[in-house]
Amino acid sequence: MIEVENLTKYYGDLAAIRDLNFRVERGEILGFLGPNGAGKTTTMRILSGYMPPSAGTARVADFDVFDDSLEVRRRIGYMPETVPLYPEMSVRSYLAFMARIRGVTNRKGQVDAAMEACHITDKADTIIGKLSKGYRQRVGLAQALVHDPEVLILDEPTIGLDPKQIIEVRELIKELGHERTIILSTHILSEAQQTCDRVLIINEGEIVAEGTSQQLTDRLTRGTLLHVQVAQPGPEVIAALSRVPGVTGVEPEDGGSYGVTCAQGQDCRTAIAATVVNGGWGLLELRAIEMSLEDIFLKLTAEDTATPVLDEQTEQTVEGR
Amino acid sequence: MRNTLAIAGRELHAYFVSPIAYVVTAAFLLLSGYLFAAILLISREATLRYLFGNLTTILLFVAPLLTMRLLAEEQRSGTIELLLTSPVQDWEVVLGKWLASLGLFAGILLLTGYYPLILWRYGNPDWGPVLTGYGGLLLLGGTLLALGTLTSALTRNQIVAAVLGVGLTVLAWLIDALSQFAGPPVSGVLTYLSLSSHFFDFLRGIVDTKDVLYYLSVIVAALFLATRVLETRRWR
Ligand SMILES: Nc1ncnc2c1ncn2[C@@H]1O[C@H](COP(=O)(O)OP(=O)(O)O)[C@@H](O)[C@H]1O
Ligand SMILES: [Mg+2]
Repeated sequence: MIEVENLTKYYGDLAAIRDLNFRVERGEILGFLGPNGAGKTTTMRILSGYMPPSAGTARVADFDVFDDSLEVRRRIGYMPETVPLYPEMSVRSYLAFMARIRGVTNRKGQVDAAMEACHITDKADTIIGKLSKGYRQRVGLAQALVHDPEVLILDEPTIGLDPKQIIEVRELIKELGHERTIILSTHILSEAQQTCDRVLIINEGEIVAEGTSQQLTDRLTRGTLLHVQVAQPGPEVIAALSRVPGVTGVEPEDGGSYGVTCAQGQDCRTAIAATVVNGGWGLLELRAIEMSLEDIFLKLTAEDTATPVLDEQTEQTVEGR
Repeated sequence: MRNTLAIAGRELHAYFVSPIAYVVTAAFLLLSGYLFAAILLISREATLRYLFGNLTTILLFVAPLLTMRLLAEEQRSGTIELLLTSPVQDWEVVLGKWLASLGLFAGILLLTGYYPLILWRYGNPDWGPVLTGYGGLLLLGGTLLALGTLTSALTRNQIVAAVLGVGLTVLAWLIDALSQFAGPPVSGVLTYLSLSSHFFDFLRGIVDTKDVLYYLSVIVAALFLATRVLETRRWR
């Protein structure tokens, strides 16, 4: 449905994205995961026909986003990061206007359907400027849906929402994903994992990893880091923890805490709990530490490029001895 | 055209809920009403010629105030991103915006319609110059609004758009002021370029196709440039 080849965009001298290559199949929800400034918005703006790429091509439904821009725009619904709305209009008249400039003939029906899908029917006659942030976000989504597009491009659709609204919007996106191809961007790992079929991780304008949510989760949970806190710390605790099957490392921290690394695919939490309790050291806390996006990048880049370099160095030191 | 009208319709609606449109309309009507009364009392002639002549000066300032938000506000709020990612051509956006301002201006002119009615009630006005005068004002107004639309495309700040707009309209109106000091070819060009040199025939009841074509060309050129400005904004 979407094919991107060597997509590059320069702002002046700054390359916001460099040689992006990816595909999105029909009916797939693709997550675009990356920190601020990674180039997510830039990519989405190119796909939506807002601005042309500096180099490379992007095709949506077999139409080039630059050469057949109008055809592409007819087929996509786009929600920009800022969720631009006309504050003086009512929800209904705003959606009717967006439907009109996208050539919808059955406007009343489509506007009603979009409001229903986004659960904003009760706010149909409210002036947009008076809506809460959560409702505005949904009006933005409804706007992207009103012409029943094949492709939805959603730029950080849950940013600035409270946790309850975030869950609602994620559910909504999953519902919408049953019939449509969706690309959504986010800087929250768990959001990409929960909402998307496949995730593409982008950093500083380049794709650093790609895979299904499951693959990504497996890859990242390789060597889970656990946080263990005991009441009576001591060297014997470290020794005992290191002997637990599956544990690959124990790092003492302040206040009787230990950072414990487990080998990939092993959950050593039960064994660790048992060891601490049996030793009589008093288990205060035991939890898995969630990786931040920064950790992920460190990890992914370490896997892809740094590892061989490290190996070489180790070999050299070994030879040198 | 369907898209153009949709955009124009939305913009007209936005005018009616914005204080700017009401303030500008009220100020224009107040000033023109005052001038109408003053000129009538002094000249005691059943003509709108002097009034229309004076209104041009006010228009130079009013037009940019009506157009300042057209494209600047869309760029500031980001709604331009929605328009430019909808299956709408850039020129349709620009044309729709300008048409909305022209519609509002035509409405304002209509509200001055009671001046000729007063003249007709108490005197015997020559209807020819009144009608061509209104036609000339509409053409001139449309041209000034097109220049204002252009400056509104240049910036995301409404105030900057208005200031640039006034600068441009006043310059285009007065550009022939120095023509008597310039040599023959330059002076001719300056006079031809000036908005004012094409206006006053309308007030005498004369409609010269050359003048009409001149205003229409300036409108087309300004709207074309505004479209190009919008296009180049995509490339940033
Ligand atoms: N209009 C612009 N002009 C200049 N630089 C820009 C512009 N938009 C984005 N950038 C830069 O391009 C990079 C990528 O930005 P963006 O695509 O917005 O990233 P993201 O959406 O992932 O946060 C950033 O370094 C940002 O500062
Ligand atoms: Mg962004």
